[in-house]
Amino acid sequence: MIELSQEEQKMLDGEISKAASQSMEILVALGRIYGAKRMIPITSAQVSGVSYKTIGQAGLEYLQDLVEKGAKTIVPTFLNPAGMDSEQWREMKIPEDFAKKQIKILDAYAKMGIMKTCTCAPYFIGIRPKLGEHIAWAESSAVSFANSVLGARTNREGGPSALAAAICGVTPEYGLHLDENRIAKIAVKIECELKTTADFGALGSAVGKLVKRKNPAFTGIKTASEEQLKVLGASMAATGSVPIYFIKNITPEYNVEENVDEIVFGEKELEESKDQLDSKEKPQLVTIGCPHASIKEIEDIAQMVSAKRPTCDFWICTSRKIKELAIERGYNKPIEAAGGKIVADTCMVVCPLESMGFSITGTNSGKAAKYLPNLCKQKVAFGDLEDILYR
Amino acid sequence: MEIKARSISKGKACGEVLLSTEPIGFLGGVDPETGNVIEKGHVLEGQNISGKILVFPNGKGSTVGSYIMLQLAKNGKAPVAIINVAAEPIIITGAIISGIPMVDEPNQDIFSVLKNGQIVEVDGEKGIISFQ
Repeated sequence: MIELSQEEQKMLDGEISKAASQSMEILVALGRIYGAKRMIPITSAQVSGVSYKTIGQAGLEYLQDLVEKGAKTIVPTFLNPAGMDSEQWREMKIPEDFAKKQIKILDAYAKMGIMKTCTCAPYFIGIRPKLGEHIAWAESSAVSFANSVLGARTNREGGPSALAAAICGVTPEYGLHLDENRIAKIAVKIECELKTTADFGALGSAVGKLVKRKNPAFTGIKTASEEQLKVLGASMAATGSVPIYFIKNITPEYNVEENVDEIVFGEKELEESKDQLDSKEKPQLVTIGCPHASIKEIEDIAQMVSAKRPTCDFWICTSRKIKELAIERGYNKPIEAAGGKIVADTCMVVCPLESMGFSITGTNSGKAAKYLPNLCKQKVAFGDLEDILYR
Repeated sequence: MEIKARSISKGKACGEVLLSTEPIGFLGGVDPETGNVIEKGHVLEGQNISGKILVFPNGKGSTVGSYIMLQLAKNGKAPVAIINVAAEPIIITGAIISGIPMVDEPNQDIFSVLKNGQIVEVDGEKGIISFQ
């Protein structure tokens, strides 16, 4: 049985607000199911379920109902991407009705005290919990990055459970909050050179499908940038719900159970995975930034497209903060001159691409490649940027 | 006959079994308007989960899945109950906020005991799966 502090009991009993009571009920249920002995304080929360496209009218009503019941977050809380750029939605040709509903969702979150960061990569705008810090994050790729690359501790929260944790300031202590569960149960030996971000995307997509709920530990990866780790984790989370991984000599933690099975991933497997993801067609639109692009990625693209103009339209999806920084540094100019757009607050997966006239979209992310066909009715052109921007 | 399981989400429901030997990701996997499984290559692709006792190993994919379950429920297209082998937070939270009775960890191999189309009752509170 889970033991609650006086303050937590008050929340459950409805002495703070109806919203806090309903939220604590969700947390207590999760704690009971997972055998948590107590709640632990969190230092931040990150909430998914922001785009009108994914949560729909039902989600909007759920959030408005929470606001009416007095929901207020009591730890710093950040938002996942929305379904549109909140400033440039008309330029993006977002339908008016969609935009109205989207604004209502953002308003509901803001009323609860949540910061409208609208990014799936909060770690690129300075939100970087430290090794061992307890948090409740929901965006599956950010969960993977926080656990694996930063060494912070979060379970793979659902949108509503992360929101409940934000309102109560605590989360039940189970799963990845505990040392004994932060351990890999399958080994992945890399026997090929991983050069581009697309290589990490293809690796992540393949491994996510193979590991079957076991957390993987990689050996044989010599170097990897944060941008590449971002794509590796996002892709494994999308195809296999992987919430944490380790890489020998790269991640701050590296724990592997003894005598685990080993998967070998070489040149052949890499090519096979890329082949499976790629329709081989020429994209009408290339979308970069799944998860959201860092300033370094935007700088690299600005250089690439100034040297040679891409043969299709392209969007770079990122947070508003990074977009502002890119404009400050002048990266937007060569990008716009080459037919590109920097789009903030949203991404190719959660905006209504299918109603914007596109049917073939290019990406270097295993996560986008997974979601574009079903969520946006797109054919996918998968590959390195040097490939898909110039097909 | 009765199978003991673990209580996840309250409520009792009776319906036809629909078995999925593969995990289900609700975002992009199930159409919230119709209840049809739309994930390409999924073992249930093209089948409808509305009104069924949906049996699957566990959830997968996007953490927005809980809200897709809520949409299904508000549209009257949700399964009447869920049986998981090992539940994870996305499905658990989705079931709780959507009022879908749910159990997990059945004490027998559920995929060999239950058959598609069989009528089964799930008691989410007591954690019992019962059938003739």
